[in-house]
Amino acid sequence: MNILHAIFVDPFAQMISAPDLLVQTVWEGFVGGVLYSLIALGFVLIYKASGVFNFAQGIMMVFAALTLVGLHEKGAPAWIALALTVAIMYALAVGVERVVLRPLVNQPDIILLMATFGLTYFLIGFGELVFGGNPKAMITEQLFLPSGAIDLSILGGKVTLQKLDIAAAAIALVMVAGLGLFFQKTRIGRALRAVADDHQAALSVGISLNQIWVVVWFAAGVVALATGIMWGARSDVSFALQVVALKALPVLILGGLTSIPGAIVGGLIIGIGEKLGEFYWGPLLGGGIERWLAYFIALAFLLFRPQGLFGERIIERI
Amino acid sequence: MSDTAPEILLSLEHVSLAFGGVRAISDVSFDIRKGEIRAIIGPNGAGKTSMLNVINGFYHPQLGVITFGGRARSRMRPHEAAAQGIARTFQNVALFKGMTTLDNIMTGRSLRMNRGLFWQALRHGPALVEEIRHREFCEEIIDFLEIEAIRKTPVGALPYGLQKRVELGRALAMEPKLLLLDEPMAGMNREEKEDMSRFIVEANRRLGATIALIEHDIGVVMDLSDRVVVLEYGRKIADDVPEVVKADEKVIAAYLGVAH
Repeated sequence: MNILHAIFVDPFAQMISAPDLLVQTVWEGFVGGVLYSLIALGFVLIYKASGVFNFAQGIMMVFAALTLVGLHEKGAPAWIALALTVAIMYALAVGVERVVLRPLVNQPDIILLMATFGLTYFLIGFGELVFGGNPKAMITEQLFLPSGAIDLSILGGKVTLQKLDIAAAAIALVMVAGLGLFFQKTRIGRALRAVADDHQAALSVGISLNQIWVVVWFAAGVVALATGIMWGARSDVSFALQVVALKALPVLILGGLTSIPGAIVGGLIIGIGEKLGEFYWGPLLGGGIERWLAYFIALAFLLFRPQGLFGERIIERI
Repeated sequence: MSDTAPEILLSLEHVSLAFGGVRAISDVSFDIRKGEIRAIIGPNGAGKTSMLNVINGFYHPQLGVITFGGRARSRMRPHEAAAQGIARTFQNVALFKGMTTLDNIMTGRSLRMNRGLFWQALRHGPALVEEIRHREFCEEIIDFLEIEAIRKTPVGALPYGLQKRVELGRALAMEPKLLLLDEPMAGMNREEKEDMSRFIVEANRRLGATIALIEHDIGVVMDLSDRVVVLEYGRKIADDVPEVVKADEKVIAAYLGVAH
């Protein structure tokens, strides 16, 4: 009885008795969730256009952040370092298309997946070689990202919002909205969806697969850079950061591998669910719950909606 | 066909294509004149679809010369063939199933829309003007093919006959010089076939597209086409106007089988 009480009653009583704490927890979960969404978005972009599950997405995030900080360390002003990093992500997209995708076109998915493993280790090695392997601090101030916090007095208590978190959420929302509009309403967006649907038909109307692949890998690279900056600012820039990308997997299961809205909503559910679980139910299990809760939520979802929350409905004529 | 020498749009000379040890096409030569409807017929496995795949660059023949618009071409990839004005439809409808009819047809305009990524990202200024202009063109095609009612329907949900029509629309949106149709009437009933025949003739007369089509319904082929090339086991066995081809002994043998 006691255990049921502790699971189903106590946490909710706690939430009601201290609403400010609840708001604080949800906010922190929301910010984490927005960042998960961004990482998941990188996966979705590439998967939609090329059918490749890009295992290297997490490393691309670290690599982008590391390049930015590293270039700054080597003396480039922040804005130039940022521009250079974007250029390097573009070069990476072109390189991946030339060296990995083009020679492996029409190969089974598993081979392309393995190729992205290879890409992962290449980026780790290359990053360490050029910029060193020790953790670095993100150059938040130089990029004009705000620091400090805002205290709000609401619900008879105090809620602390980190300004950096507010900026992260805002940037993420703008990026997501921009990408959504781009893919829905423009020629390249349409071409991208066409490629996602049927390679041969896309070729027959003159869409160049190579060009589309460069566009999506570049878009995923820019998203990776944005996520890298935000995560890097919250902790440090190091290769350990790539485990964050693993959190995108339950987000993808939840949202569906092919859906941009799914990545966003999935990210938010995982982010907020994780924080609530950690804060209210974590002590029951002796902590550590945030490590696996996301996977547990995703698993529960798989039982009921295997195509994910917003995964493409499987339209099939019989 | 007038007395003056007709202009040749596409010619294939001694084309051979093999997959490993299997010869799909053996030493086939024929040409397609500007403005005509050219039929490619033959029993199953004769190499008809392989022929179309060679013309639009999905396959690269080991031997032979292909000349399009007066220029001999080397290995050409499908999207480059598209850029030169070759459009096609597929035997088993290849549409973008998750997209609407209108969006599918708009993809046919891809090559003609060339405002930069920058403007497109903003969806403003020149890119917006361009989008609207091409949208109007696609609406005309939709009117032409009488598919107004399904403009906003995802094509995956449409019946087969309509999907074939949308696919034709997407190819026409490219304003192709040469339109390749792979069994445009397969699996259709009489009425649908008549509609499709009408669209093909209109596309040829009114929109000025040169057409090469594969079709099994001999009646349709004889009605529609100006000239017919007949393939069997990857070889050309006849090439002439429909009346002559129909009476050709080798063709009759290929279709009906002949006692040895």
